[in-house]
Amino acid sequence: MRFVDEFREPELISKTAEEIRRLAGAKRHYRMMEVCGGHTHAIYRFGLKDILPENIELIHGPGCPVCVLPMGRIDDGLAIARQPDVIFAAFGDMMRVPGTQGSPLEHKARGMDVRIVYSPSDALKLARLNPDKHVMFFAIGFETTAPSTALTIMRAKAEGLRNFSVFCNHVTIIPAIRAILDSPDMRLDAFIGPGHVSTVIGCRPYEWIAHNERKPIVVSGFEPLDMLQSVVMLLRQLNAGEARVENQYKRVVPWEGNRAALRAIAEVFQLRPYFEWRGLGFISQSALRVNDKYAEWDSEQRFTVPGIRVTDPKAAQCGEVLKGVLKPHQCKLFGRECTPEHPIGALMVSSEGSCAAYYSYEHRKAAMENSLIAIS
Amino acid sequence: MSDYAEAEPSSANRVNSPVVAVEEPTPIRFRDAQIEMAHGAGGKASRKLVEGLFAPILLGASPGPLGDAALLDINGARIAITADSFVVKPLRFPGGSIGELAVNGTVNDLAVSGARAEALVVTYVLEAGLPTPVLEAEVRAMAKAARDAGVRIAAGDTKVVEHGKADQMYVTTAGIGRPLHGVKIDPGSVRVGDRILLSGPIGDHGITILLARGELDLEADLRSDTRSVFPLVEALVRAAGPGIRWMRDPTRGGAATSLNELARDCGLGMVLFEDQIPVRDTVRGACELLGLDPLHIANEGQFLAVVSPEYADAAINALWLAPGGGEAQVIGEVRQQPAGTVLVTTLYGGSRIVDMLVGDPLPRIC
Repeated sequence: MRFVDEFREPELISKTAEEIRRLAGAKRHYRMMEVCGGHTHAIYRFGLKDILPENIELIHGPGCPVCVLPMGRIDDGLAIARQPDVIFAAFGDMMRVPGTQGSPLEHKARGMDVRIVYSPSDALKLARLNPDKHVMFFAIGFETTAPSTALTIMRAKAEGLRNFSVFCNHVTIIPAIRAILDSPDMRLDAFIGPGHVSTVIGCRPYEWIAHNERKPIVVSGFEPLDMLQSVVMLLRQLNAGEARVENQYKRVVPWEGNRAALRAIAEVFQLRPYFEWRGLGFISQSALRVNDKYAEWDSEQRFTVPGIRVTDPKAAQCGEVLKGVLKPHQCKLFGRECTPEHPIGALMVSSEGSCAAYYSYEHRKAAMENSLIAIS
Repeated sequence: MSDYAEAEPSSANRVNSPVVAVEEPTPIRFRDAQIEMAHGAGGKASRKLVEGLFAPILLGASPGPLGDAALLDINGARIAITADSFVVKPLRFPGGSIGELAVNGTVNDLAVSGARAEALVVTYVLEAGLPTPVLEAEVRAMAKAARDAGVRIAAGDTKVVEHGKADQMYVTTAGIGRPLHGVKIDPGSVRVGDRILLSGPIGDHGITILLARGELDLEADLRSDTRSVFPLVEALVRAAGPGIRWMRDPTRGGAATSLNELARDCGLGMVLFEDQIPVRDTVRGACELLGLDPLHIANEGQFLAVVSPEYADAAINALWLAPGGGEAQVIGEVRQQPAGTVLVTTLYGGSRIVDMLVGDPLPRIC
């Protein structure tokens, strides 16, 4: 398969892994955060931890939009959908995320009209096909998915389609990275920068990380060779005492980003003064809402939103895991009360959530090693 | 597949024993408050429903490993029996239709239990308003599939429900079969060093259905793999019968779920070599785009077999020579560790655990 197989070529991967071992040596410990949930998923899916030396520690960042969404927002969205003649439309990613009364899928089983869509424009199509109903698109994602939501709202306005609105949960990546760096218990050496987000925002917005925080950041693709090459680039910078923004994912990410996509975001959205992130708390100017020009397509302005706030179960340590302070299996609930079938925290729901990824691909390996150690 | 068939032969008196009134209701371990779609998706939730509710009440407290078909001994005659329901949407899709699935699915459950299907019984649940030509087309498709598979449709039943209470039509088939000589399917007989065989590329059916629903703006030249696997099973049994330990057709939940069940039943590790698993480029492409794992995607015309190492060459040669078996592969082997787990290894030394499917496979977008 083109554009995939060449980035999974075993010989090149082995050579790159060799280069990583050479650069990493044995003297120091490297802590690198992969910001994006897609990277977390790739690390586990391709078993990259198996081929990295032990002194390179990968820390999973906050870049899984489903995981950072507070439970109250899900309850709010479902509360809107509970009103008569409302269709709840969302990406598959959202379907198993628990609200206090259950996930959208569980609501569907109880009779709510819940539809999985593959793009916001599919939700708009639903609105055209169901003129007697109101279609609410539960929008999630970083700058990656925000442009398509924006364009969909613009099209709804152009068509005069009034039975469609967006419950906007779009968030922005830079404030989240800032919150991580401001966290007192956080010690990081470098960042593997998010690939998909950067296709939209480009590489410039990361420059402060290099200049002010003196941390190297390499915007990376998602195939095994992409990620390993990014590790090589970070090691070279760290060993030379440099801190720069580099773009490993040049085949997709333009340095200046995608102007048309940024224009669409600016046309339809405005920054919220603050927004709650699961595990990280309130972060100022970290999320988008639909602006007044498009108020008619904003679910929050069309419907009464209860504004539910739900505190996470005390025992769940999602915040620490999200910030990379704890590894998933170090959470008290991991694999016991909290499993992919019965997730308590959202990190266990999305396959990009570090807990779910760790649970699916890794934790039994870890358990096995422990038992082997116990035997020997 | 049949969700809960006793893998071990039952004795005649057990089959014919009268129902005994019990004072205490059988305790069940199924704790979910209501039935969700995931309970029918063939993965973990389905297992929990079967093992936590159906099996303890219907089969007794500890029924042992559950297979695709039950083997019964009725007054000295050995028969295999199974049943399967089909609720696919859309009814017709590239490469097949609900009628063909209903025949091949049950024939295959019997085949991977080491039995030749002899007769089927078919039940239709029809929604009022279903156009007759749609029904007729499916009945004809069943007749043709049955002819192709060499099985007789011997009896049937029909129910009609109100418009809106069913989705066009549902089909259930039950089948009885004659166990082949010289083969015994038993997860308990699987040993370290055994080879894991796959009859051909995985994921064709599930991805075809996903695309045929038309909800994705994706098109691919892909057909469902629905077919009777009996000719392949028969060739395998003839060439390597004594070496066959276990077989399963990986339908809902995909190959990962079948192998996880085996791993758990035998307590050993199933180690797969990623580069040996046959997956068509179109299926891989769709899975990459949607964030799905081909190992979790449904198949309707493939089967997995575990064969002892000394029979592995004979087994794979027999499959390659049989019509439709040219893409069969040895995809892995049984190891002591990781016990009870399926591990996929890559050529570059990475590895990952592949669990059973949790819920329905949902595309990942954001």
